[in-house]
Amino acid sequence: MIVAERKSIPELLDMLPNDSKILVLGCGTCVTVCLAGGEREVSIISSALRIASKARGLGYEVSELTIERQCDNVFIEQAIEAIEKVDVVLSLGCGAGVQAIAERFLKKPVYAGLNTKFLGILEERGVWTEKCSQCGSCVLHEYGGICPVTRCAKHLLNGPCGGSREDRCEVRPDRPCAWQLIYQRLKNIGQLERLEKIEPPKQWSASLSGGPRVIIREDHRI
Amino acid sequence: MKSADKETTIVAFCCIYCAYAAADLAGSMRLQYPSNVRIIRTPCTGRLEVEYYLRAFENGADGVLVAGCEEGSCHFKEGNLIAKRRVNYARKLLAESGLEADRLKMVNVSAAMARLFTEHVREMAETVQRLGPSPLNRAKTRVQQEIKP
Repeated sequence: MIVAERKSIPELLDMLPNDSKILVLGCGTCVTVCLAGGEREVSIISSALRIASKARGLGYEVSELTIERQCDNVFIEQAIEAIEKVDVVLSLGCGAGVQAIAERFLKKPVYAGLNTKFLGILEERGVWTEKCSQCGSCVLHEYGGICPVTRCAKHLLNGPCGGSREDRCEVRPDRPCAWQLIYQRLKNIGQLERLEKIEPPKQWSASLSGGPRVIIREDHRI
Repeated sequence: MKSADKETTIVAFCCIYCAYAAADLAGSMRLQYPSNVRIIRTPCTGRLEVEYYLRAFENGADGVLVAGCEEGSCHFKEGNLIAKRRVNYARKLLAESGLEADRLKMVNVSAAMARLFTEHVREMAETVQRLGPSPLNRAKTRVQQEIKP
C-alpha cells in the first residue's frame, strides 16, 4: 500500500489562506490503513485546524468528509457537493489522490495535507517499511522475493557491498542488510545458485527516468 | 475556591476502575479540591481517542486531565499505556496548533488514592491558572464583548 505521513499543523497553516472555508477530505484506502488520512485523521486534523484558527484568529471554517478512494472518479463524485461549498480543499489523500481531485475541480485550489512517502507494508504496530520502488521491471524472482533495488541502500543487484555489520545495513544500522536477507532466503528455498549469476545493468528507462509512466490496455478501452 | 478557578474549566477524564473511584472516595472523605473540574467517567483511559482531547479544548475546556490506573494495574492490561501514548501525541498536536501542551496532562492513581487525586486536580488547576484561560475562550470572550453595545 501507499504509505504517507501527515504534514505538521504549522505547515498546513502556512499553506491555507486565512478567512476561508476549508474541506478536509480524507481517503478510505491506503492512507486510512497507514493512519495518515482516513476518517479518524480527518477528524483530528480538522479539530487541530479549528483550534489553531480560534487561537490565532485565522478565520477558518472547517468541514470534514472522507470518501472511499480519492484516485477514482466514481468515488470523487460523492464529494462534489461538499467541495463546491468550500473555498479550498485540503486533501489527506496520497499524491495521486490530491492530483485526481485537482484535475476534476478546475477552479478549486487543492492542497496536500500529507507527505506521500513510499510503497510499503505494516511491519509491526505503528511501524511501516518500504518494500517496493516501482522500478517498472520487477526482479523479485531472482532474489528470493526480497527487493535489492528498494531494500539495499545502495540498490546493488550484485551484492552484498561488504559494508554490512552483524546483518545490519552500513548506511542505516537500524535496518537489516537486504543482501543478508536475500542470502538467507535463497538458502532456505534451496536456490543459492541464483547468486552465481551476474545480473546485467538494470533498465532504468522503465522507471521514472523514462518520464511519467502510462499503461494503456487496448482490450479494456472503450 | 479562588474566583480565577470559576472562570476556567478543567475536564477530567477519569477511569471508572481507579480515578473515578478515587474522586468518589475524595467526596466521602470530605477532601477539598478545585470546583472548576468537570469529571467524565470513562470505561478505561485506553478508550479515549486523540480527538476527544482536542474536542474538549474546542468546546471550551481550559485544561484536560486524564486520570488512569497506575502503570501495570490497568483493568484491561494496557489501556493506560495506550492512553499515555495518545496523550503525548495530542500534546504535540496542541503545541503545533498554538495551545500550551501543559494544558493536557495524564496522571495515574489507584482507587484508594483520594488524596493524590485531589493533589493532581489542584496541580492542574494551578497550571491552568498560571497559563490563564485558553486562547480559544479568550477569543470567544472578545467576540462577545465586541457584539455588546
